[in-house]
Amino acid sequence: MNRNPDDGEPLLAVDHLSMRFGGLVAVNDVSFAARDRQITAIIGPNGAGKTTVFNCLTGFYAPSVGRLTVSHSGQRWWLERMEAHRIAGAARVARTFQNVRLFGGMSVLENLIVAQHIKLMRASGFTLAGLLGLPVYRRAERAAVELARYWLDRVGLVDVADWQAGNLPYGAQRRLEIARAMCSEPRLLCLDEPAAGLNPRESADLSQLLTFIRDHHRIGVLLIEHDMSVVMAISDHLVVLDYGRKISEGPPAVVRHDPAVIRAYLGEDEDESESEDRADG
Amino acid sequence: MNPTTAVTATSRVQTLDWSAALKDAGLAGLVALLLTLPLVGLRTIEVQSRLTVEPHLAEVALTALLVFLGRLGLTLAAAGLARPVLAAATLALAAGWVLPFPTEALRVLMVIGALVVALRALWALHRRHDRLSQQERDRRMDHLGARFQDATRLIGPAAVMLAVALPFLPFADRATLDLGILLLTYIMLGWGLNIVVGLAGLLDLGYVAFYAVGAYSYALLAQTFGFSFWLCLPLAGLLASFAGVMLGFPVLRLRGDYFAIVTLGFGEIVRIILLNWANFTGGPNGIAGIPRPSFFGIADFTAAPEPGRLAFHQLFGLQYTPLHRIIFLYYLILALALLVNLFTLRIRRLPLGRAWEALREDDIACTALGINRTTIKLAAFAIAAMFGGIAGSFFATRQGFISPESFSFIESAIILAIVVLGGMGSQIGVVIATLLVIGLPEVFRDLAQYRMLTFGAGMVLIMLWRPRGLLAHREPTLLLHPRQSAFRRQAEAGGRP
Repeated sequence: MNRNPDDGEPLLAVDHLSMRFGGLVAVNDVSFAARDRQITAIIGPNGAGKTTVFNCLTGFYAPSVGRLTVSHSGQRWWLERMEAHRIAGAARVARTFQNVRLFGGMSVLENLIVAQHIKLMRASGFTLAGLLGLPVYRRAERAAVELARYWLDRVGLVDVADWQAGNLPYGAQRRLEIARAMCSEPRLLCLDEPAAGLNPRESADLSQLLTFIRDHHRIGVLLIEHDMSVVMAISDHLVVLDYGRKISEGPPAVVRHDPAVIRAYLGEDEDESESEDRADG
Repeated sequence: MNPTTAVTATSRVQTLDWSAALKDAGLAGLVALLLTLPLVGLRTIEVQSRLTVEPHLAEVALTALLVFLGRLGLTLAAAGLARPVLAAATLALAAGWVLPFPTEALRVLMVIGALVVALRALWALHRRHDRLSQQERDRRMDHLGARFQDATRLIGPAAVMLAVALPFLPFADRATLDLGILLLTYIMLGWGLNIVVGLAGLLDLGYVAFYAVGAYSYALLAQTFGFSFWLCLPLAGLLASFAGVMLGFPVLRLRGDYFAIVTLGFGEIVRIILLNWANFTGGPNGIAGIPRPSFFGIADFTAAPEPGRLAFHQLFGLQYTPLHRIIFLYYLILALALLVNLFTLRIRRLPLGRAWEALREDDIACTALGINRTTIKLAAFAIAAMFGGIAGSFFATRQGFISPESFSFIESAIILAIVVLGGMGSQIGVVIATLLVIGLPEVFRDLAQYRMLTFGAGMVLIMLWRPRGLLAHREPTLLLHPRQSAFRRQAEAGGRP
């Protein structure tokens, strides 16, 4: 599944990332890269430090050591020095959360409009033009609604666009969160266990959605996932963490046969398909 | 009450646990005893210019007994003995009027208590089989709120028209207009605070500080530099919003309770500075003789204008009455309040307003979408402070006299109560809550000492009955399918997807 291996500068380069909480080393000298138009999955047993990597990437933690470089559109950003909202706004790294974080009291559509805040804020002349009701803003808002409609259509939520987001069933909330992240027009989309709590059908839909995002929107996707059926089917590149260290990296076909991975993660001396099933849980 | 009838009556609904009911009522009686013993039981009186303590033990015992019986009645009514309880309560209600009581307060307690128990019993009879879960009740109330919100499309303009016409209605005298001005001032403050509390979800307990900054800005600018009201109004707003930003910078890193406590402290700091910086603010004496506003700088509201100035009644060829100025002030505050309302309605549909609401819902998700929390919160703070400041300078010019006393914590609490009671973020809710919180106590001023009691009781009732506020329904600011309101779609689907 090694589609057009991009030998240029990677979209995201993580170099020697370490994160310590007091005496606990949650992430220990991890380096990897995520490329444009590829799905990179980070896997590992519970407590391996996957979400910590995400939180460092998106500015929720300041890493203890390491350099996180995002490069696209001829520019380069060092994430470890940026505030969280600038990482999303300027470096265009969007993320979803392990426990869904929607604006529950607002409507589904409003969730997607808030995701386009920066663009709309500029169009509304930082509120002044909007207060005066100038056509510039109205046009921008219409465009924002169209983008929202596009993504609602993709995730199959058009019919419930005017519902309160908090009233949606769990699977729909997960999809809405991905749609919301995509509405912020990211270059790198970070998904924290998007398949958690989904049934097999919904997981299959999710895989389809993610490959669609990769192939048609041509952005990089970084994925933390436990569901091996999703990971093995769609990812182009795997990074395996265990106890905060990177123990393996490479295409899925290679990683799944790596003895270190089998030892640490899938279990020893077992039939491959069986161990995969176990990892599903 | 005959135990056998009790059993037959309850067997259908649920078995009644007598010992639990008695224990519960006994506990309530004990609490009443403990509370009334020091407050009612021991009274200091002056006997020949000496203070002595006079015991009132009979009253204490009676109070405890009444509370015991009332609590028992409530429990029994809920447990299925509604009919006998209703009979007993009605009897007690009648007896309350005729029985001799040591004090009137006890009579009031008995009559009101019996009335509450009777109503509870009636209610239990009415819907014996229909015990709603809290969630179901919330949903129904939300439904009601949504219906009301739909109706505001008509009620809103009608209320504005009524407010505009009020000074010309036959019953509009000075007292009515004064009450109108008072209500509108609080409505404006409520709408202003609603931006911070209702939209942005920041619990601000020191809003009155900005009201004070506005009032003192106007008073000092007008007295020191002789600026006119119309120049001072925006200046006061600006200064207050500056104060908002000054407070905002250090405070906005805090969250939730900590944030609330710091704003509370800020409100007090402002008041104490006003109190102690005597040679600037006049200290506890306040500032008197604050200039009255002119008619847009064209004419004054006086019987005999100064030479070279025009009087309002001369300008329009009217008979002079002091009411002119009151009517003018009334329209002024009405216009200012409506301006705040218009602003809020508009900003809710703009990215800034949506970001505020998103911030209230989940601030971490906001950050992940590139929204700068600090600037957004600062904007909410500054804008709300500006409206507070403008209301403050109106207050100063209306009163003609201000002192730190007018800006105590209780004012902040009242404004906050208005916002919370009305339903966070609901504009019409603020109006209704103001009518309840400010209007009712003003109207029932004759009842003097029971005024605050009923106010407190009302607050408790609303908190029990509608913890999210009277009108806590939120309509989306933008619809993808505009033909049907979102609420109706959801109601048709039974609230579940």
